[in-house]
Order: sequence, then C-alpha cells, then structure tokens
Amino acid sequence: MEFDPVLLARIQFAFTVSFHIIFPAFTIGLSAYVTVLLMLWLKTGDEKFHRLARFWTKIFAVSFAMGVVSGIVLSYQFGTNWSRFSEFSGNVIGPLIGYEVLTAFYLEATFLGIMLFGWNRVPPWLLTLASALVAVGTAISAFWILSANSWMQTPTGHEIRDGIAYPVDWIEVIFSPSFPYRLAHMLTAAYLTTAAVVLAVGARYLLAGQHVEDAKTMVRMAVGMIFVTAPLQLVIGDLHGLNTLHHQPVKVAAMEGRWKSDDPGDFVLFGIPDQDAERNHAEIAIPYAGSLILTHTLDGKYPGLDSVPPDERPPVANLFFAFRLMVGIGLLLIATGIAGAVLWWRGRLFETNWFLKGASYLWPVGFIAILAGWFVTEQGRQPWLVYGLLKTADGLSPVPGASVFGTLVLFVLVYGIVFSTGIYFINRLITKGPLGAVAAAPAGLPSRPLSAAEEAAREATGKEPGQGPGKEIRDETREGRT
Amino acid sequence: MEWYLPVIWAGLIGTAVAMYVLLDGFDLGIGILFPFAKKEEERDVMMNSVAPFWDGNETWLILGGGGLWVAFPKAYAVIMPAFYLPVIGMLLALVLRGVSFEFRWVAKPGHKWWDIAFAGGSTVAAFLQGAILGGLVQGVNVVDGQYAGGAFDWLTPFSVLTGLAVVAGYALLGATWLIMRTSGPTHQMGKAFAPVLLLLVLAGMAIVSLWTPYSVERIAERWFSLPNFYFLWPVPAVTALVAILILRWLKNGHDALPFIGTVVLFLLGYAGLVISTVPYLVPPHLTFWDTAAAPESQIFVLIGTVFLLPLVLGYTAFVYWIFRGKVAPGEGYH
Repeated sequence: MEFDPVLLARIQFAFTVSFHIIFPAFTIGLSAYVTVLLMLWLKTGDEKFHRLARFWTKIFAVSFAMGVVSGIVLSYQFGTNWSRFSEFSGNVIGPLIGYEVLTAFYLEATFLGIMLFGWNRVPPWLLTLASALVAVGTAISAFWILSANSWMQTPTGHEIRDGIAYPVDWIEVIFSPSFPYRLAHMLTAAYLTTAAVVLAVGARYLLAGQHVEDAKTMVRMAVGMIFVTAPLQLVIGDLHGLNTLHHQPVKVAAMEGRWKSDDPGDFVLFGIPDQDAERNHAEIAIPYAGSLILTHTLDGKYPGLDSVPPDERPPVANLFFAFRLMVGIGLLLIATGIAGAVLWWRGRLFETNWFLKGASYLWPVGFIAILAGWFVTEQGRQPWLVYGLLKTADGLSPVPGASVFGTLVLFVLVYGIVFSTGIYFINRLITKGPLGAVAAAPAGLPSRPLSAAEEAAREATGKEPGQGPGKEIRDETREGRT
Repeated sequence: MEWYLPVIWAGLIGTAVAMYVLLDGFDLGIGILFPFAKKEEERDVMMNSVAPFWDGNETWLILGGGGLWVAFPKAYAVIMPAFYLPVIGMLLALVLRGVSFEFRWVAKPGHKWWDIAFAGGSTVAAFLQGAILGGLVQGVNVVDGQYAGGAFDWLTPFSVLTGLAVVAGYALLGATWLIMRTSGPTHQMGKAFAPVLLLLVLAGMAIVSLWTPYSVERIAERWFSLPNFYFLWPVPAVTALVAILILRWLKNGHDALPFIGTVVLFLLGYAGLVISTVPYLVPPHLTFWDTAAAPESQIFVLIGTVFLLPLVLGYTAFVYWIFRGKVAPGEGYH
C-alpha cells in the first residue's frame, strides 16, 4: 500500500491542531467571562455572580486541561512532521513560540492555581486578579501563536540566505501585515463562541425551569455580548478579507469561487466548484455583489484563480464551502443577537419559547465556525507552507508515509477516548448546574489544572467534594467485592 | 561573540532536560511502580504524592523541545524525524497517563482501565525516552543536514538497553521518592524496591560506559586519551561511591538521603553522557555551532529568558514548598 506522505502529514497535523484549537478558543473566552462575573460579584456583592463564576470555572478547568495535553503534542509535531519547515523558519518563528512558552504558559500556570483552588483561601480581589491574569495569559498565548501563523501567511521582516529565513526586523516579523486582523478575528471569535455556549446553557435551563435566576443572568449577558460582538466580527472579518485580498489574492479567489480575473465581480451565492474544469456548477450569483464586498465599488476588479498556474491553486471547493459555512454561522449569530435584543427590549426574552429553543442548540456553532475559518485560511495558503517562500511539499520531514499513517491511527484512537471522556464530564457538569458548584474546597491545596478538572468532574458524577474519595470509594469497592 | 551564544543555549537546554529528567522522572517512576502496589489505598497514596507536581514537571519537556527549535533549529529538524515513532509514541503515552491522574478518580470504582493507562503510559514514556537517548548517543545518519535513515534506525540492542535503564532509573527515583514522601506500606515498598532498582541502574550504567567507548572511537578517545583520563576518572569513581552511600542510607533508614543520592547519581550519569557527546548535539555529525539558530534569534530569546526563567524556577520551588512533608495514607488532596 502506497501512502502520500505530504497528504498524510497534513491530515495528521490538521487532526491534532483542529482538536486542540477547540479548547483554547473556549478557554480564552471562558476565562474572560469568569473574570467579568467575579468583577460583578466584587462590585455588587450579589452571590449569584459568585455562584456563576464557580460553575463556569469548573467547566473552564476541564477544557483547559484538554487544551494543555493536546498542546504539548503540537510543540513537537512541527519537528516530527515538518522538519524542513522547522529548519527553514526556525530563526524567525521559533523565537515567537519560545516567547509563548515563557510569557504565557507560566503566567497561566502560576495564577491558574489560585483561580481554581483559591476560593476559600484568598480574598475575592486576589481571586479576581488571578482570573484576570489567566485571561490575559490565554490572550498572550494567542498573540504569539497567531503572530507565528501570520508570518507563515504574510511573511515580512526577514531575508533568505542559503535557503533559510533570517530575521531582519523583529517588529516586522511579529507584526506581519495579516497579524492584527487575524488576532482581532480570532479573539473575537473566541469571545463570541463562548457567549453562544453560555446562551445555549442558559436557554436550556430556562426551558427546563431549572436554576432560573442564574439562567436569566447568563442569557442576558450572552445576548448582550452576541448583539455587540457578532456584528463587530462581521466588520473585522470584512477587513481581514480585504487584507487577504491584498496579500493573498488567490485565497480570496478560491473563497469566492472566482475562476477568471476578467469575469464581472459577481458574488457566487452557491455553486459546486470544479477544480479541473475551472468553473462552478449550478452557480447562483448576485451581480456586482462581489465587487461591492471586496473593492467597495460596483465595477471593481479583483484577481481570479487564473492569475496563477493550476498547481499553485488551493483546493477551491473546500475553501468555497468552509467560507460559506463560517459566514452563515456569523449571520445566524448576528440574527440571534438582534432577535434577543428585541425580545429583551420588549420584556419577553425569557418567555419566548422559539427563541430559547433555538438558542439552546447554538452551543456548537461557534466552534464549527472557528474550524471552518481555520480551514479557509490554512488550506487557502496551499500549496505554500510559508506563503510565497516554501511549498508544503518542501517543508515535509523525511519520514516514511507508513510511520505517519500508523501514528495518525493512534492519534485518532487516543484522542477519541480521552476527549470523549472529557466532553462527557463537561456535559455532566452542565446537567448538574450552578447550584452544585458552591461547595467546600477539597482538603489540601492542589495547584495544577487537571486536579481541578478532577474536582469538577467528581462533582459532575455526583460525589460530594471535600469528603475525600478515599474512604467512600474504598467502601464502595469493598462492597463491590463482597 | 558568536561562538559562545550556542554554548550558552546548549547549557540552558541541557539544564531544562536535566530538570525534566529529574522532576518528571520521579512521577513517571511512580507510574512504573504502580502495578506493584498491592492495595487500592497504596495506589491512592502513590498518586497523591505526585499529583500536585506532575504537569509542572512536564512543562520542562515543552521548554526542552521548544527551546531546541528556538536555539538549534537544524538539530530539531534532524532529531524529530529521526525519532519520529518514539517521540510520537512518548507524547501519546504522556497524554494517556496525564489524564489518568484525574479520570482515575472520577471513574472509581470502575477505574481499572485508568490504572492500566497510568502505569502503561508512564512505563512506555520512560522506555521511549531512554531509547531516544540511546539512539542519539549511538549517532544519527545525516546527509546534507537532513535525516537520512529509516523509521526504525533508533531501535537497536543498545537503545533497548538504555530504554530499560531509564525505566529502572525512573523507578528508582520513584521508589526513593516514596521513601521520602510517604509512610506506611508505600514507604516500605519503596525500601524493598530501591536496592534492586539501584543494582539494575548500576548495571545499566556500567554496560553503557563500556559499550559506548568500545563501539564509538570518538568516545573512547574522549575518556581514555591523556590527559583527559586524569580529569575524568573521578566521574565513575564518584558514581560508585554515591551508589554505596545510597545502599548504606537505605539500610540505616534515612528518609530523604536515598532520593537525594539518586538525584546525584542521575546527574553523574548525565554528566558522563555530556562528556561523551560534547560538542555534538546530533552525534556524530552536527555540533552546537553547526545547528545553532542565527545569533540575532538566539539573543532575542535569551534576553527574555534571563528575566523569565528565574520566575519559573521561583514558582516551581514555591509549589514544592507548599506541598512539603509526608503524605499520610488516606489523606490525599483529592
């Protein structure tokens, strides 16, 4: 059996990085949300905010733990799967990853302990400060990672000598042209995604008539957040798109399904792109809309896929559909924000069943949009690994396809088990609700993220914390044996 | 100034790897010894004795791997593909054992599979780390700065030996950790296992010390040429002395000294390997200087490291201080 090593290495990396991104995206948003709840608690003294902050902190702990274990893998996969890329770009983006470890990982690790286990041990202001620092740490982490990624998309501040990139200007390396847009787009996506989860959980409780007071607070905060950030995300996305048009026009052409540069600037609403025939089947297009969106004029021209030879084009259909999926979800969230705001204004937010019912299903949409967006931007870079400088096929490790295939199977297996277990615990926590969250801290002073995940998960399975599993469980097993 | 930057970075990464081996070594060792505990409560105590530390310990692995890419991208680009299978196997083993720390408690009483994942993951990770080390010492086939070997080049009788030696070594760290940090049955278990493990480790060290100079001329020359031999003979001599001291401390019932002695033993073994391979980062072809990142890149990160690494060390020390003292049976933080 013959394996295509490039494709396999890409699938493996896409699999591990896609799994990983779900959790950081959620924890960036969730740590910020918990911080806001704690600040409200500090300001108003309302116990409701305290209760909510504790509830979401437990879900944060489980998500953070899964982000950590899946993240360690990635720091080695650059080398295992893309060694020639590591060598090519190590001088330039290696330091960005180095700074991520030094500035973000340790900041998070230090204050996470207080955030997760400090509830009964430190004053509220310190707890709030620790949560804020964790939220800042996750955002700093995003800063460096997106900086490195942006350099791969729009490299600047370097020079190539003997086939290796060398830094010339660090500011230009870190702040490459697409970086500000990508960072803003991703952070907003993280906050929006989290707001959608909070809304869905709140709506679920309201429909079931459980934890009503807490659920109303969640729904109100989430609707407010979505009402503001969803339209904002559209604006940022538009700016990001214009930036991409300037620096990576072929990517935009693939997103739009635009084959010929000379065609009028129609916006293709639907179609089935055919890479070989170089055209769309079953196309439905809106005249002038493409020009209007991309050049902000009616007859503006922009490049089509024919501006580069066929072997330098990204997989058009993937980009075309993933882009539409992302935008569709964005529009759905804008509509949700507006509908929620109108209902709130009329005082019917908590009584309108169709809205709550719809909202309760929204929890995964943000994650789907984030993955779709990353598929667009990463596949849109193909066939380049570092845009215009290094082809993906040239960045590959000299590793046999069979090795990559074998480990890919293992990754799918292990991640499947570990992550489905983790997600099962998160769902149990949500089912249990905020009331169960206020409880005594466990004995001792654990300070690592996974220990809090355990505490949270134990609550999810209905065992009382603080009781200590030791005795209780020994009794259980003894009974089990007899 | 360009010649000493790679040396500073080699020192930094060497330190990160040593920190990792010692710190994650004892908690992986707990996992290796896990199946030998007779009772449920003993396993609980064993796990509780390392639970607050393990993932801080593993952060050094990220620093080691990330640091290698930052400072020596060409070495990173050779080592990772050369050890593709053991590196990914190790990472997956670490994922499995890492989550076992928590899932095991949640799954109780049906936690058998997470016990197996914890013990199996720890043992596999330790073995593969040792095998990678052995493969690296033996040498990596490099042509034009790229790895030019097969998927299983790393798997040799020698690397199997170093893999087993590291399993025994981590288990020894774990056993002496149990002596130091627990009392009751697990303390006794540590005492029972430590001498046997110590002998296994010494045997491993002795075989490696004879095998490497015998099979690699460069290493023989490093150790046995004059005047090197005058300076280097104390390394094996002190190792033997420390081993005798550990045995005596074990017999006399010291709590902390066997662990500290084992740490010294590890550092001596590590020093021996460093002496054998310096200045090669990827023996026998690539040195620190061959594989170094551009000086401007090394300086850029070094500046940050100077300020941030002390902070990291301080935090690590703080966590260990918070959790000082013995873990009594039945009294865990869980």
